[in-house]
Amino acid sequence: MNKNMAKKISTEPKMNYDLNLLQDMYKKMLLIRRFEEKAGQLYGMGQIGGFCHLYIGQEAVVVGIQSAQIDGDSIVTSYRDHGHMLACDMDPKGVMAELTGRKDGYSKGKGGSMHMFSREKGFFGGHGIVAAQVPIGAGLAFSHKYNGNKNVSITYFGDGAANQGQVYESYNIASLWKLPVVFVIENNKYGMGTSVNRSSAGENLSDRGKPYGIMSEIVDGMDILAVREAAIRAIDYCRSGKGPYILEMKTYRYRGHSMSDPAKYRTRDEVDKIRKTSDPIENIKSLLNKMGVEDKTLKDIDTDIKSVIAEAAKFAQDSPEPSEDELFTDITIN
Amino acid sequence: MTIEILMPALSPTMEEGTLSKWLVNEGDSISSGDLIAEIETDKATMEVEAVDDGKIGQLLVAEGTEGVKVNTPIALLVDTNESPHATIKNIADKPYLEKEKIPSKPTNDKPISIEANSSLITVREALRNAMAEEMRADKSVYVMGEEVAEYQGAYKVTQGLLDEFGGKRVYDTPITEHGFAGIGIGAAFGNLKPIVEFMTFNFAMQAMDQIINSAAKTLYMSGGQMGCPIVFRGPNGAASRVAAQHSQCYASWYAHCPGLKVVSPWSSKDAKGLLKSAIRDPDPIIFLENEVMYGQSFSCPDDDNFTLPIGKANIEKEGNDVTIIAFSIMVGKSLDAADILKDKNINAEVINLRTLRPLDVNTIIESVKKTNRVVTCEEGFPFSGIGAEISALITEKAFDWLDAPVVRVTGKDVPMPYAANLEKLALPQVDDIVSACAQVCYKD
Repeated sequence: MNKNMAKKISTEPKMNYDLNLLQDMYKKMLLIRRFEEKAGQLYGMGQIGGFCHLYIGQEAVVVGIQSAQIDGDSIVTSYRDHGHMLACDMDPKGVMAELTGRKDGYSKGKGGSMHMFSREKGFFGGHGIVAAQVPIGAGLAFSHKYNGNKNVSITYFGDGAANQGQVYESYNIASLWKLPVVFVIENNKYGMGTSVNRSSAGENLSDRGKPYGIMSEIVDGMDILAVREAAIRAIDYCRSGKGPYILEMKTYRYRGHSMSDPAKYRTRDEVDKIRKTSDPIENIKSLLNKMGVEDKTLKDIDTDIKSVIAEAAKFAQDSPEPSEDELFTDITIN
Repeated sequence: MTIEILMPALSPTMEEGTLSKWLVNEGDSISSGDLIAEIETDKATMEVEAVDDGKIGQLLVAEGTEGVKVNTPIALLVDTNESPHATIKNIADKPYLEKEKIPSKPTNDKPISIEANSSLITVREALRNAMAEEMRADKSVYVMGEEVAEYQGAYKVTQGLLDEFGGKRVYDTPITEHGFAGIGIGAAFGNLKPIVEFMTFNFAMQAMDQIINSAAKTLYMSGGQMGCPIVFRGPNGAASRVAAQHSQCYASWYAHCPGLKVVSPWSSKDAKGLLKSAIRDPDPIIFLENEVMYGQSFSCPDDDNFTLPIGKANIEKEGNDVTIIAFSIMVGKSLDAADILKDKNINAEVINLRTLRPLDVNTIIESVKKTNRVVTCEEGFPFSGIGAEISALITEKAFDWLDAPVVRVTGKDVPMPYAANLEKLALPQVDDIVSACAQVCYKD
């Protein structure tokens, strides 16, 4: 990390936090973590096929940003999307049943881990091609502006996607047309097995918005309060019609790129160190402790979440496979 | 010394233009680089500069004259010290051309009969009318693309839309096909109905991932939640002398992909009726136009509610001896071939496919059962082309009705050459269709 960046990272909350809000954020992050742990187990049991990209370690990013959104905002992300769906209040049962490829999954079992959607919850996918969601997110912002509503588009992508050309085509148009889009770069340091240092020229990915006149910030993505505060600034800016905003979230994934990645490109020590010193869930847990929340309360929350996840896992395994008729449905509308 | 100033060619497909305004008078002294006239082509109004110094001796073509052929002398330039009148005497055989003396259409054109409640309009006008009518009817329809707004369209297809609908409905994009195709798809997911113009479909290859992976597949991957009501339109296929990277037919590329509908009009009626249906359709549509067709006029219904169904072919000419199956520009060439075939006592049926996906298999098969012989026509490459698909379908569904193997008339299996003679060889011509029909009728 360079010095400039360290200065920009906020570590202490500047705002007064409501205990309920903090507990809600804790619950949501924990829900995502327990969900992903279970997904990892089910993958190991052969219940989930194909690619499965886990979000463990990055929970503070999506939960912090989601806490600053309003109804009607649209969200779009890459294939590492389970956490985003749970943050949007999509049903863990429907998400897990999609992972197992069953008829009660959000896409009737036809999308899988990387391709899930919920118009109702404002979640527009779940996109499997690196950075394909970035112009789509700018297009969703275009629709908000065109319709004259006050909603914004939250468009997530990873550090790997940040080198794709369409990101910059989208920056250019978003800035030219003042589209209400927050570009959230989830920089977890590795695009699959290649570290950001080995793939990306220049100092910071967020700097790449500057030539387009796009405001940007670097944020400690392991600190949910820093994420929330930055998200409020960014979303307010977009909602007020000033154009796009970039948030580069410095985060970390604990698991491999996907379930089949042995992660030989980094040391065990590197992962352990981050888990011990900057885990986003441990961070908020200790804050809640300081604010007087007892360990037992936190443990009860965890127990409740574990049962929600166990139920989702059971549902996902009990749900039948889609009927064979589904093979030829949903290709076109008419 | 007298120099003839000739009608210039101002675009690859320009054969004639309108001399809309003279910017000089007879007797004016001009220098190289001075503006002398405004010429309207099928794409734009352009100012013409003098390339020599001298004095305008005589203007040979009146202001407002339409259909002035490229390379026609339009004015005479004389030495500055020469009197213009002396020159006129020297050039006695150059008549002063009056506006009405030049026919606006080539004389060898067949007369076009105008149907009831219809007007003679160009394919270009039909496309623009379709967009304007649908934009009036539905506020969620908007247009975006390179040069579609202030420039009035690189090929003038979107002419006038900015004036009527304003900048909130008509968007000039930067030259970033990948980016603006994706933005259009996102807007369609957001319940708008974008019409995305590609200046030509050659450039849409930059946007292929967004078109196929995002627009075509998302409905399926979302279990039916994520419809994408978008139209990607623009000229497809060969224009004229623009060589390999700008002359390709993408029909089979897009028709290959489930999730897309692929439409390709021939006439003005097709253009209007199909584009209106495409804009109203809830699915992503690839709308393949043809630059050479833009300036051609056909009878087209005036009704704002006139549409043609997607997925339905049209029999342009009935016949009993052989079925010619074509789309886009090849429909006209097939009809020309059918005329020639009459003299050989071959009565050809010509099917205009109009839509390539979903293909109107029924109309094809019924025609095969009647004629028992088939020739397919397309500008695209032969390998894995539309003709290959049709041939396979006929083999599967009507093999016993065939009296001869299906013959494909296609573009040659080479990148498009630039040289005029080679380009002509590479593209399927009327004679190729005539020969193919004679072959399947065993009359060659």
